[in-house]
Amino acid sequence: MTTAAITPEIVQQHQLTPEEYQKIVDILGREPSYTELGIFSVMWSEHCSYKSSRLHLKKLPTRGKLVVQGPGENAGIIDIGGGYVIAFKIESHNHPSFIEPFQGAATGVGGILRDIFTMGARPIAVLDSLRFGRPDGKETGARNRRILSGVVGGIAHYGNCFGVPTVGGECIFESCYDGNPLVNVFALGVCKKEDVFYARAAGVGNPVIYVGARTGRDGIHGASMASAEFTEESKQKRPNVQVGDPFMEKLLLEACLEAMQTGAIVGIQDMGAAGLTCSTCEMGSRGEVGIEIELDRVPQRETGMTPYEIMLSESQERMLLVADKGREEEVFRVFRKWGLEAVEIGVVTGDGKLRVRQHGAVVAEIPNRELADEAPLYDRPHTAPPEVSKAPEMPDGVTVQEALPALLAAPDICSKRWIWEQYDFQVRTNTLAGPERADAAILRIKETGSSVAMSLDGNGRYSYLSPREGAKLAVAECCRNLSVVGAEPVAATNCLNFGNPERPEIMAQLVEAIEGMGEACRFFGTPITGGNVSLYNETLGEGIYPTPVMGIVGLMKTAEPVTIPFKRAGRSVVLLGGVGNCGQERFGCTQYAKEIAHSLWGLPPELDMEREKRLQAAVREIVAGGLAESAHDVSDGGLAVALAECSFGASGIGAQIDLASDLRPEILCFHEGPSRVLLSTADAKRVAEIAARHGVEAPVVGTTIEKGIEIRQRSMTLGSWEIAALKSIYDRSLEEQLSARKAHV
Amino acid sequence: MRFGVIVFPGSNCDHDAFYALSHNLGQEAEFVWHDSTSLGNLDAVILPGGFSYGDYLRCGAIAKFSPVMQAVKKFAGDGGLVLGVCNGFQILVEAGLLPGALVRNAGLKFVCRELRLRTETTDSPFTCALQKGRVLRVPIAHGEGCYVADERTLDELESEDRVAFRYLDNPNGSQRDIAGILSRERNVMGLMPHPERASDPLMGSADGLGIFQSMLQAVPAVRR
Repeated sequence: MTTAAITPEIVQQHQLTPEEYQKIVDILGREPSYTELGIFSVMWSEHCSYKSSRLHLKKLPTRGKLVVQGPGENAGIIDIGGGYVIAFKIESHNHPSFIEPFQGAATGVGGILRDIFTMGARPIAVLDSLRFGRPDGKETGARNRRILSGVVGGIAHYGNCFGVPTVGGECIFESCYDGNPLVNVFALGVCKKEDVFYARAAGVGNPVIYVGARTGRDGIHGASMASAEFTEESKQKRPNVQVGDPFMEKLLLEACLEAMQTGAIVGIQDMGAAGLTCSTCEMGSRGEVGIEIELDRVPQRETGMTPYEIMLSESQERMLLVADKGREEEVFRVFRKWGLEAVEIGVVTGDGKLRVRQHGAVVAEIPNRELADEAPLYDRPHTAPPEVSKAPEMPDGVTVQEALPALLAAPDICSKRWIWEQYDFQVRTNTLAGPERADAAILRIKETGSSVAMSLDGNGRYSYLSPREGAKLAVAECCRNLSVVGAEPVAATNCLNFGNPERPEIMAQLVEAIEGMGEACRFFGTPITGGNVSLYNETLGEGIYPTPVMGIVGLMKTAEPVTIPFKRAGRSVVLLGGVGNCGQERFGCTQYAKEIAHSLWGLPPELDMEREKRLQAAVREIVAGGLAESAHDVSDGGLAVALAECSFGASGIGAQIDLASDLRPEILCFHEGPSRVLLSTADAKRVAEIAARHGVEAPVVGTTIEKGIEIRQRSMTLGSWEIAALKSIYDRSLEEQLSARKAHV
Repeated sequence: MRFGVIVFPGSNCDHDAFYALSHNLGQEAEFVWHDSTSLGNLDAVILPGGFSYGDYLRCGAIAKFSPVMQAVKKFAGDGGLVLGVCNGFQILVEAGLLPGALVRNAGLKFVCRELRLRTETTDSPFTCALQKGRVLRVPIAHGEGCYVADERTLDELESEDRVAFRYLDNPNGSQRDIAGILSRERNVMGLMPHPERASDPLMGSADGLGIFQSMLQAVPAVRR
C-alpha cells in the first residue's frame, strides 16, 4: 500500500481533530493512506456518525409492541397487521437545497425513497416539511422565492416521475431560514412482513454486487473536504450537489423489488451519503464480516478516477447487494430485464475488514466495526438555550375583524395549493386524504384493507422559546392530527434541525429538544424508529430557530375520511377541549404575534399532556363512531383561523359562534393553546356524552350557517365576514406573494 | 373481457389501471412488457400514465419505438380498442395513432387537480355507456397536457365528432378545451385525465369507471 505523508493541514482539511486522527492511527496501527483518511473522514463526519447527538439520542424511546425494526437500519419498520409492515423515515437535505434548490431537493427525495425500498418496501407516500426565508423579505425575498420555486420543482420532478404520491407536509416562512432553508422529506413504504430486507452482509465467499447508475466525481465534497491529492488530480471543481435521475431510480426500484423475490439476495443497502464507503463498511459491520472490493470493476462514468474519488463519490441511484454464491445469475437476469448495470465488484470475507483494491493492489484496509460503529462520541458542553424577552408587545387598535383576513394571508397560514398542485398526490390510487383535505394525510393499504395516516409537524417559534416544550408540542400536534382523522398514533420518526453544536447554547437546545421529545413520545406511545440529525444550520454565525420536526404515523380502518370543511348548515359546532386559557406571556409565540405585532416573546403554549391524551382519545372515538361531519384541530392562528379553514369547503358553509369567555378578544380568537378540536355534528348530545366520559370539555359554541362566518363573545360581535372574501385571500395569497413581486425584481 | 396494460420502463400508473380494471370493473387484466412483439388474445389495450423512458427527449418520443408499439399499431389497425391515458395519450400522438401534439401546460407547471369533463359524444366504444353532455369528475396530473393541432385538424376533429371530452375549466391551455380525442376509426382514444383514479368512490369519484364500462359494453360489437 502506498502511504503518502499526511500532514496536520490535510487532517484539518478533512475536518478531523488531532485526537480523532490519533484514534485512526491507533485503530490501523499505522498512518492511514489518503484514501483511508478520506474514508474515515466521511464515516466519522457529523452527518454519518452523529457524534454530537448520539449520546442524547439514546434517551429516546425506540421500542414498542408493533416495532419490527428500530433505529440503526435504513428505515424503521412497524407491523400494521394482516401480515404486512410499513417502513418509514424522515431525512433532511438542507445544505444541498440551499446551494442548488432544484437538484438538492430532488436528490433528497431520491435518497429517502432508496432508504425505503432497500428494506424491501414499495414507497407509497412522501410528505415534506419545508422552511424558507420570508417571500416578502426586503433584501432576501427574491432569493427566498427562487429557493422555494426550486425546491418545490425538485420535489415534484423526482416524486412525480418516480411514481410516489406527495400527499402532505408543511411549509413555514421565517427570516431565520434566509440563509439556511430546511428541506425534510418523509417517505413511507409497505411490504409483506416476511419480505423485509436488511442491510447486512453475510456468508463468507458470497459475491458483492453493485447495481444502478455509474460512479462519477459528483458529490465528493458531500461529507468531507478535498485533500491536496484530490485537488491536484481533479482540476475542475465539481458542484457539491448531485444530479438526480428519477427515471433511473424508478427502474432501480422495480428491479430491486423483483430481484428480492428471487430469494438470491442476502442483504442490500443503498449508496447515499458517503456512497460506496458507507454501504460497504456498514453492511460488513452489521453482519460482522469483512468485505473486499476491486475498484476496477466499479462502473464509472469518467476515466482516471482515484480510489479516493470512487470511494467518496455520492453519485445517485446506486445500490450495493450481497447475493448467494452460485445464484448471481438470477439477480443479474432481473437487472438486465430493467436495463440496469449489475456488476460483481467483490466478495464477503471472514476477517471483518473493509479491503479496497485497485488494479489488484490494496489501497485501503480498515476494520469495519471500528470504522462504522466506533466513531468518536462527544458529550459537548451545553449550558442553557438563549434567553428571549418575556415582555409582551401587544399592538393596540387592531380588531378581530381586521386581524383575521391579515392572518389568512400570512404565508404560514394561507393555502399552499400553489405548492402541492405541482405534486402528483394521487398516483398509486391510495390517497384518501391528500394535501389540505384533513388534518392528516390518509392512505389506504389495498393489501390489508386498513389505512395509514401521517402527519409532519414542527414549530421553530415554539422551540426557540423553549426547545423542550416546543418538541413536546410537536409530538402532541402530530398525534392530535392523526386522532382528528380517527387514527391511533403508533410510531414516529424525527428530523432534528439545529445550529452549530459546538456552541453550548445551541447544544443546550438540542439536548432539551431531544429530552422533551423523548418524554412526549413515551407518553403518547409513539416510539421513534429512526430519523435524522442535521446540525450546523448556520450562516455567518446566525443559527436557525431550533427546528425539531416530527413525523408520526397512525393506523385506522379504511373508510371515507373525515375532512376539515363543514358539510351542512344547521349543525352544532363543538369546540372539543374548550376555549382554553392563555396569558400574554404565552401569546408571543403565535401567528398573531408574528404577523400583527411582528414580534416573538415569552413562552410557547402550555401543554398539559394528560389533558391532550384525553382529548385525543375522545376525538378518535367521536370520529370513528361517525359522529363528526367535519373535524379540524386548533393550531397556527388559533380558533378564528381554524373556524375560517373549516368554512373554505366546496359547500360554502360557515358558522356563527358565540364564546363564553372573558379573555381579551384577540387572545380568545388567536391564541394557540393546544388540545382543542373544532367539529361539526348532527348529534351534539352523543358527542357530549363521549367527551364527558373522557373528561373533556365539549361546549357547543355555535351553529353552521350558509355563506358567512361570525364570531361573538358573550353575544357581542367581534367580527363577521363573507366566506367568499376570506377564501379568496386564503387561496390567492401565496401565489401573489410569489408571482406579483417577481415582476419588479 | 380481457384487458392488457402495457408496461414501459417508467410507466407508473400501470398498477392503478390494473387495479381499476380488475378490482373496480371486475374484469381480467394482464401486464404486457414493452419488448413484447405480440399482444396475445386481448380485447382491449391500455397505455397507462407515467414517465415512459423518463420522458427524456420529449414525452412519449422514445416509447413509440418500443417493440410493443408495432403490436399496438397492428391491434388498432385490426379494430382493437386502445386507450391511452396521460403519458399513454402522449405516446399515441407520438406514434401517429392520433393527430396533434401535447405540449407544456400553459402555466408551465405540473398540475395535479380534480376537475370536470364534459362528455362530447357517445358515439364511441369509450363513451357509449355515458350520456352526451354528462359531466364527469376526473383528476389530471401532468406537466405536458396542452393539446395543440393545426386549425384544419381541430376542425376535422370537431366535424367528425372525434372530440370525446372537453374540460369545463381548462387547466393547461388545450386548444378548444380538448381533454380527449378519438381516432378516425373511433377505436383509439387518448385522454389526459386519469379515469383509473376515479374508479372508486373512496378516491372521491367513481365517474371514470363509465369509460371502462363503455369499453366493456362495446367489446362484443367490436371484436366478436
